[in-house]
Amino acid sequence: MNTEALHILLADDDDDDRLFFKDAINELKVKTKVTLVNDGAQLMDYLNNVEVKVPNVIFLDLNMPIKGGMQCLNEIRSNSKFNEISIAIYSTSASDEDIEETFVKGANIYIKKPNEFAELKRVLSSVISLNWQYYTSGLNKQNFMFSI
Amino acid sequence: MKLQINYDIHTACKILMQQHLDKLGIRYEIVSVGEFELKEILSPSQFENLKVDIKKYGIEIIEDPKNAIAQKTKDIITEMVYLEDKLPNSNTSFYIADKLNLSYGRVSGIFSEVTYTTIANYIILQRIEYAKKLIVENKFTLTEIAHKLNYSSVPHLSTQFKKTTGLTPSMFQRIIKKRNQIKGN
Repeated sequence: MNTEALHILLADDDDDDRLFFKDAINELKVKTKVTLVNDGAQLMDYLNNVEVKVPNVIFLDLNMPIKGGMQCLNEIRSNSKFNEISIAIYSTSASDEDIEETFVKGANIYIKKPNEFAELKRVLSSVISLNWQYYTSGLNKQNFMFSI
Repeated sequence: MKLQINYDIHTACKILMQQHLDKLGIRYEIVSVGEFELKEILSPSQFENLKVDIKKYGIEIIEDPKNAIAQKTKDIITEMVYLEDKLPNSNTSFYIADKLNLSYGRVSGIFSEVTYTTIANYIILQRIEYAKKLIVENKFTLTEIAHKLNYSSVPHLSTQFKKTTGLTPSMFQRIIKKRNQIKGN
């Protein structure tokens, strides 16, 4: 059973959102390590650096300058080296079509971005706890889909 | 003929461990005689294989006893969910406690501490995982799947599916089909 810290990476261009995210994660009980990047280009540079261990979960904001979340999702899912990474999409939309399309493209988690910190904490807590189960119990990642 | 040897148990152990870790094809660093830093995460089956392989040489992986109890509980649950004949006829908590020979309060406390979820939630998660597997295999109707998993009805299964994944079973089914179409092209 894996009991090492869960490595979480967030790609978000908004300073406040990154800060709230980090604070919310730090308040959870699950052992975590957080890496923050400002946009999709930085994310892909990070992932393609052979020196770094790939993260367990990536939170991707859909609307980012330079390289958006969808493009990152496509790039990550076209490289089998990243098969084990769970991808959580952060979006302002909650339409069934958008959710479905994101999962079809290989996302594992779809999050309607919460507006309040308490709600963000609740959402991240269930997402991280579920990820922990996939991470530690060897569940089938191909079938991992969770919309909240 | 007598063969006398002089040996260094540490070197022997180190080389044995290196051979087995190399066999797994993972990157690692030797921290000390009894500690290896793995650069990648072992899958549960890799971990089990390694454990069994090195046991032959009297080498044992040191695990936290709490982790071991949580892992055993998980194994019991998986067996319960996946093997129809292993479905307990007594209540689940009694069944698990009995198998582990510990009080249920103790098991459930350790389980929550180690896994960050409850036994009840973990059972639901495993049942829904099994439902997903059966949906992906595309051999059974939802009615058959509900029956196989011991749900009283399809709506009962669908409600729990939606609560656990945020998706309806049919939406999940559609996504899997579309993914397969993309892969096929």
